[in-house]
Amino acid sequence: MGYVAVRGGTEAIEASIERLKYERLRKGRTVDAKAIESGMRALVDQVMSEASLYDEALAALSIKQAEGSPEEAVFLMRAFRSTLPRSHYSLAVDSRHMRVERRISASFKDIPGGQVLGAACDYTHRLIDSGLLGETDEGAARWVAEYLERPVEGAEAGSSIREQEGAIDYVRSLGLLKARPLDEAEPRDVTKRAIEFPTIRSERLQILARGQTGAVTALGYAALRGYGATLHPTVGELRVGRVAVLVPNPLASAGAPGQAEGEAYYVGQIKITAVETLVPVSVPRGMGKTGIEFEIGFGLSFGQNETKAIAMSLLDQCLESGDKGSAVRDEEFVLLHVDSVEATGFISHLKLPHYVTFQSKLDSVRKARRPE
Amino acid sequence: MRSEALYNFAFFDEGSKREVRRAILKAVAIPGYQVPFASREMPIARGWGTGGLQLTLSLVGKDDVLKVIDQGADESVNAVSIKRLVKGTTGIRTTEDARAATIVQSRHRIPEFPLEKGQILVLQVPMPEPLRFVEPSEYATKRLHAEKEYSGAYLALFEEIMKFGRVATGADHPVLVNDRYVMAPSPIPRFDNPKLNGSRALILLGAGREKKIYAVPPFTKVVSLDFEDHPFEAESVAGRKCRFCGAEGVFMDELLDEASGLAAHQCNDTSYCSARRAT
Repeated sequence: MGYVAVRGGTEAIEASIERLKYERLRKGRTVDAKAIESGMRALVDQVMSEASLYDEALAALSIKQAEGSPEEAVFLMRAFRSTLPRSHYSLAVDSRHMRVERRISASFKDIPGGQVLGAACDYTHRLIDSGLLGETDEGAARWVAEYLERPVEGAEAGSSIREQEGAIDYVRSLGLLKARPLDEAEPRDVTKRAIEFPTIRSERLQILARGQTGAVTALGYAALRGYGATLHPTVGELRVGRVAVLVPNPLASAGAPGQAEGEAYYVGQIKITAVETLVPVSVPRGMGKTGIEFEIGFGLSFGQNETKAIAMSLLDQCLESGDKGSAVRDEEFVLLHVDSVEATGFISHLKLPHYVTFQSKLDSVRKARRPE
Repeated sequence: MRSEALYNFAFFDEGSKREVRRAILKAVAIPGYQVPFASREMPIARGWGTGGLQLTLSLVGKDDVLKVIDQGADESVNAVSIKRLVKGTTGIRTTEDARAATIVQSRHRIPEFPLEKGQILVLQVPMPEPLRFVEPSEYATKRLHAEKEYSGAYLALFEEIMKFGRVATGADHPVLVNDRYVMAPSPIPRFDNPKLNGSRALILLGAGREKKIYAVPPFTKVVSLDFEDHPFEAESVAGRKCRFCGAEGVFMDELLDEASGLAAHQCNDTSYCSARRAT
């Protein structure tokens, strides 16, 4: 009788896992992880970004296993990531040393180096294209070959790797940026040490960079609507492209700071989205007068995740200001609630049995009701 | 587990295990103090026992025998899931007998059989901060602990007396450890609170999502918060008898007996119940 609610957990779990496999396969078609990697670039990028693990093949496999659920795929990647020893830290990547694929500024029409639209959904009409239903691998290969044959007009845009002077440098040269001392402090790794409050900026940026896309976007949106930013921010520059990752020679004298790049090894390249947002802030000028200066918010994400990176830049500026006037300026509120694995885990734990805790509360309720 | 070869013994790399063990040692040295640690993402979800699991995996050796319970039951789905994971990544033996285990990982219960010297009880913790509902900010609660400023915790109990005529906490009734730190005992029923006091076994508490580890070392004084005129009161088990083993004075599950339509009771600790029936 009543014991079935408690006994038989092992068999029940195995049956549930089998049923999950059945749901994934029952329509008779499997998805090749390779196909996910080539055709679901946006989802792969989102999963790598939230997992903070850059591996396209592994992300594609996780997406396949998770039946396309980003939260599940991120979970798989994170759990795998936490078993990997952290053997090396790369040198800091300067996102201006980028093989630019896309580079736009909303602040200046004519930025040094020019605007490069690259690949983006921004300029498409969101009309469902039924033509894609008949797409074939052969047709795709033919189109790509033709596309690559086409002559490129003008300069070799999109393949420039030389350091570009950014829009931000221009604003700085005009003396409109709030002066900030250069912070060369070694970043703290939030995955090796739990954060404590108040945090430092490197911790905040890491947590936002690996934050859940939807959560970071929602809080960034709140900041924009008036819960944070007081004046309308502008995207100074948004860059998407590939950057080189260098690891210092592990055999060189340990911990020597400021090693020259010549002593480092190139370990590969990653695609990132980097955003600098200009946020106007009021500054007192004395004599009751107020002036306006710009502060910079910075956003960075693995892959092409433009909305998240922009939202992150808004939150970065909000948290830098340190004023706790609103929720999105409160670092505990923002940083403790944007992580996908933490948020989805704790919410889903409500599905676990709470027989003991509920029984305990029931006892209190009954005692409180009973007349003395 | 299929992907066994991909992972180290007990899932973690050795560096991660050492980091967790260092936090454990600090926690044992300062009873009741919440030690922050770099909680790893685990193959089970945050909020499903990842704190306890990280403690277990960092402690487990090849000779250990593990028991896992969830709200009193060894066969509850999440207990089975955790046991499968530890077994799958270590190959160690598991048991349902609390007396035979070297490590007991538990969600929200302390077994009815008293634990002994040499055993470790690992409790899973959802909310490690006993002052969280008084003060939402972590920065502020850390200060309150440092200054041993616990009037908020007592005030919360006092407010319940004013509202309901008695302290109406459910599980997770706060305790004072070693006369120093107020601690969340994890959502064990109040019935289990006295078992923390002077426990012969080491009790470790792990909160994975909140990234905290804390401990009640053996023979440590643990007192449930209360007032002189409103002494601490456990859930009442008087007049309840297990319908299977006839036990009295243990924590019971309450069920609706479909045949009679009346409330029926059975031991919440399922392995305690089956051990009694076997003898």
